[in-house]
Amino acid sequence: MHNHFELFGLAPDFALDPEALERSYREIQSRVHPDRFAHAGDAERRASLQWTTRVNEAYRTLQDPVQRAKHILELHGVDVAFETNTRMPSDFLVQQLGLREELEGAVSGKDATALDRLKSDLSNNKQTLIGQIGEAIDSRKDYAGAAGLVRKLMFLDKLDAEIEAAYEELE
Amino acid sequence: MALLQISEPGMAAAPHEHRLAVGIDLGTTNSLVATVRSGTATVLPDELGRPLLPSIVRYHADGRVDVGYAAQARQATDPKNTVVSVKRFMGRGLRDVAHVENAPYDFVDAPGMVQIRTAAGVKSPVEISSEILKVLRSRAELSLGGELSGVVITVPAYFDDAQRQATKDAGRLAGLNVLRLLNEPTAAAIAYGLDNAAEGIYAVYDLGGGTFDLSILKLSRGVFEVVATSGDSMLGGDDFDQRVFCWAVEQAKLPPLGPKDMRQLLMKAREAKEYLTYHGEAPFTARLSSGELVDLALDTEIFSTITQTLVRKTLGPVRKALRDAGLTVDDIKGVVMVGGATRMPQIQHAVAELFRRDPLNNLDPDKVVALGAAMQANVLAGNKPQGEDWLLLDVIPLSLGIETMGGLAEKIIPRNTTIPAAKAQEFTTYKDGQTAMSFHVVQGERELVADCRSLARFDLKGIPPMAAGAARVRVTFQVDADGLLSVTAREASTGAEASITVRPSYGLSDAEIERMLRESFEHAKEDVHARALAEYRVDGQRLLDATRSALAADKALLEPHEIEAIEKAMRALEQALPGNDPRAIKQATEALNRATDEFAGRRMDEGIKRALSGKKIGSL
Repeated sequence: MHNHFELFGLAPDFALDPEALERSYREIQSRVHPDRFAHAGDAERRASLQWTTRVNEAYRTLQDPVQRAKHILELHGVDVAFETNTRMPSDFLVQQLGLREELEGAVSGKDATALDRLKSDLSNNKQTLIGQIGEAIDSRKDYAGAAGLVRKLMFLDKLDAEIEAAYEELE
Repeated sequence: MALLQISEPGMAAAPHEHRLAVGIDLGTTNSLVATVRSGTATVLPDELGRPLLPSIVRYHADGRVDVGYAAQARQATDPKNTVVSVKRFMGRGLRDVAHVENAPYDFVDAPGMVQIRTAAGVKSPVEISSEILKVLRSRAELSLGGELSGVVITVPAYFDDAQRQATKDAGRLAGLNVLRLLNEPTAAAIAYGLDNAAEGIYAVYDLGGGTFDLSILKLSRGVFEVVATSGDSMLGGDDFDQRVFCWAVEQAKLPPLGPKDMRQLLMKAREAKEYLTYHGEAPFTARLSSGELVDLALDTEIFSTITQTLVRKTLGPVRKALRDAGLTVDDIKGVVMVGGATRMPQIQHAVAELFRRDPLNNLDPDKVVALGAAMQANVLAGNKPQGEDWLLLDVIPLSLGIETMGGLAEKIIPRNTTIPAAKAQEFTTYKDGQTAMSFHVVQGERELVADCRSLARFDLKGIPPMAAGAARVRVTFQVDADGLLSVTAREASTGAEASITVRPSYGLSDAEIERMLRESFEHAKEDVHARALAEYRVDGQRLLDATRSALAADKALLEPHEIEAIEKAMRALEQALPGNDPRAIKQATEALNRATDEFAGRRMDEGIKRALSGKKIGSL
């Protein structure tokens, strides 16, 4: 599989410098982007399309904490199998159910302030989890432990998407 | 037709040769063509000095076609044969077109795209649009004194795949080399950003005649990055005219109207709307064909009341784009206003209120898109040296997906993904022994397929019989730099592979384009053979030039025998070029393309290595 960190010349750490990533992304794009080859032959245009597609995919993966963590775990041969393994600690699930009930309440009550509060709490929780994932991967090299944390973060991302949809519904 | 210049075999084209490239704003109401001359983008006017070309096409029974002001003058007297706002029909079926009842045409409900019956026969929106493009093309070629090397055509950012494909087809039909489809708000951002050396996060609010776009861009030196885009491809200035039209019909208690009266009142509605931008009250008078006089007055208050839902309709997409970008209005440094409809004070106020700042109106909202497109065309044609050009990163406006069991849409590429992009997903069979799968490609945000736009359907056959769920069919979506999609499906679990590439069903097949081209040439008495010869020569010459400069820069990446093979293919093409056989030139061009395939890949790899080794190029 492709190593997205190598593509950008970055160390394969979970904690990454977003500015360094962006700089490297733009530097590569400025050389491979189809706009550079609009007047070239078919072969170069095809190669440019393939490269740009790959660079965009890699950039998207590394920008997103869940995708970035999954990529690192895969590079270390940890089978993430997030789609099939949905077993979660029960206290976490109870907490998630509670948050979803709160969300439903905010939607049915057309309560934008409650949505704002949910959103800001969620964003704090996500930051905490992201910090824990960084410690597990970068300092402790505890990839199995990190996988459990990443699964939690996926739950929170899903809730985030539901909150966004709720905002749209309130409009 | 101008004679093409062919350089002597073996003589490289001058590296600083300026290629003729233009940007075209193919608008709902007006169209424009612009180019970069001595470093400055300018709109090319017609021979009477008029910069705009009304996007109106009139067909005569003998096949003659009027485009622009001549057609506009006759829209009320010959409404059935005079097509206005054809852009609203691009890539659309009859049931998708708004206000059908208030449009004075004989619509023909064709599969894929609606068509219009005129005195000159049934015409598709693609053909009608290509008439507008042909006029702009000849305006540009006359003004610049040569054949165009390439064009950039702008499209609303919120155009879906079918509408984009239709626009590109119209360009091909007009004999244009379409270098790129460029999103209108992005074009405006280029023009604004370069003129004002703008840095930071900007919103572009683009309300045209028939479409609304809202894009949020991050501008930094040398990079234009679209962060999110949103909009409504069925909302524009035309809808405000419709509201005034309906108001007038109701006030004057008019019976159902014929096409001429309808067109006349729509024109009056538009005049009244434009008059209200600078006055408190507009007269609305018209003499109907029955002799009845309609004499009304429309004041600002009534106009604001009857159009307030339209104004509000533009604010939803603004909020959605901000949410998608993860930003609030406080993060936005400025709002660039584009499109003639943004002149309405109601729009100006609503935007100012939402963003809590006065919008930026220092560019001509009618011209800014064409100017930005011209700047981009100049870059794509290779007229700007590296370091002085810029990087443009755009996104797809709507999610792309596939229908799964139960009529649900499974999103493969989500909206606001930076293009080009590709994504693969595996699907499996539903029944034991199933040997074929039907794929339905859709575009849109809704969960139910029925609420999304259907783009294409295709079957994958020849799957070996297996238990349900055992087959592994990998479906790959690829979106190119124009935002156009192609889909491939491949069954690979048993090593048996089948693949198919589809074009969205609204697009025209190559055969159809060829037939239309042939017909239009026959009509224009232009020699098809000469045209094909000219086109293949341009293509071939372009490839030769590109290969020469690639060899000059990166010969070191090739083994001697590889260089020899490429040079051999180059010589063959050089020999074929002056000949009179279009097929021979095409074949020699394709052979050179194949010979340089591997070289192109290595040059790309090398480019990336250089990028990472810290050798900075210019400002990027």
